[in-house]
Amino acid sequence: MTAPLDIEGPAAPPRFNGELVFAEPWESRAFGMAVSLSEAGVFTWPEFQAALIARIAAWEAAAPDEPYHYYRLWLAALEDTLAGRCAVTADEVTARTLALAQRPPGHDHRAGHGHDHDHGHGHGHDHDHDHEHHHAH
Amino acid sequence: MTTTDGGPGEAPPVALRTEALEQLLTERGLIDPKVMNEIITTYETNVGPLNGAKVVARAWTDPEYRRRLLQDGTAAIAELGFSGPQGEHIVVVENSATTHHVVVCTLCSCYPWPVLGLPPSWYKDPAYRARVVKEPRTVLSEMGLELDDDVRITVHDSTSEVRWLVLPERPAGTEHLSEEQLVPLVTREAMVGVAKVAAP
Repeated sequence: MTAPLDIEGPAAPPRFNGELVFAEPWESRAFGMAVSLSEAGVFTWPEFQAALIARIAAWEAAAPDEPYHYYRLWLAALEDTLAGRCAVTADEVTARTLALAQRPPGHDHRAGHGHDHDHGHGHGHDHDHDHEHHHAH
Repeated sequence: MTTTDGGPGEAPPVALRTEALEQLLTERGLIDPKVMNEIITTYETNVGPLNGAKVVARAWTDPEYRRRLLQDGTAAIAELGFSGPQGEHIVVVENSATTHHVVVCTLCSCYPWPVLGLPPSWYKDPAYRARVVKEPRTVLSEMGLELDDDVRITVHDSTSEVRWLVLPERPAGTEHLSEEQLVPLVTREAMVGVAKVAAP
C-alpha cells in the first residue's frame, strides 16, 4: 500500500493524473467517515453500499435539474445508514449543522491551529482544521 | 474549491453538514479522526492505478503469474502487497485482439480500490453507467476507442461481490521492455477497458 509515487507517468495516483480524487475537502471527509465506520464495525460495507445504491437510484428516478454529484449522494447514504443503526439521526445532524452555521461572521476555522493550510490546492489534502476542534457556543 | 473559508454564510450547506456529522461521530467515539485522516491520505496519495499497472506489467512478463492472476485475481494481487477494502474479490479478465472486456458498475460505482484507487468522475457518471451496457461499442468509440466489428465485447457489471480488473493487451513493439519499463505505459482507463495500452 506504500507504492512509491509515480508523479509523471500515466499510472500516477489520482491526484496527479489530471483528475483529483476529491473535488472539495468535505468530499474526502465524507469518504473517510464511511470507510472508518465500516472498518470499525459500526456498519458493514454492503449495508452502506445498499444505501448508496438506493440514493443513486432515487436521484436517477427523480431526474432532477441539478447536476449529478456523487459525494452528495454518498453523504446522504452515510446518514441513512447511521440513522438505520440509531447511531446518529438526521435531526441531530441538522441541529448541529445549524449550530455551526451560527458561528460569527468572519469566524476562521483555521485560527489558533498554528499551521498554514494551503487552500489554494483545494483538493481535500489540507483540511485538518475541519474536525480537530469543537466550537463552543 | 475551498468550502470553509469566508465565514458560515458562504459555506455550502453540504460542507457544513459533513462537518456536523463528523463532530457528532467523533464525540460519540464512533470515528477516530487520526485513523480517518490516515485513510484519506492513503487514498489520496498511495493507492492509485500505479498498483494495478504493476500487476499488469508483472502479468505481461511472467506467464506463471499471469496464469495465477486470471485464476485467482485477489490472491495474485495480494502477492504484490495490494489488498484492502473493495479488493476482497477481484476477478481479472484478459483483453486480446479478438476479445474486449470493459467494466462498469450500473448500480453505484463499485471499483477495485486496492489496484485502481478511487473511481474517476466518468466511471461514476449516470450516462456511462447506463449506456455502456446497452451500446458498448458506441460508448467506447465516443471515449476514443474504436474496435473492429469482429471484436467481441463483454461488459462486466461490478457487484458487491465482485470487482473486475481488465488485463489489457500488451502493445506490439514492447517485447524488449522490462517489467519496470512497462509499468508507466499502463493506464487506469486500460484497466477498466475503455482504452488500449499504447506502445511508447
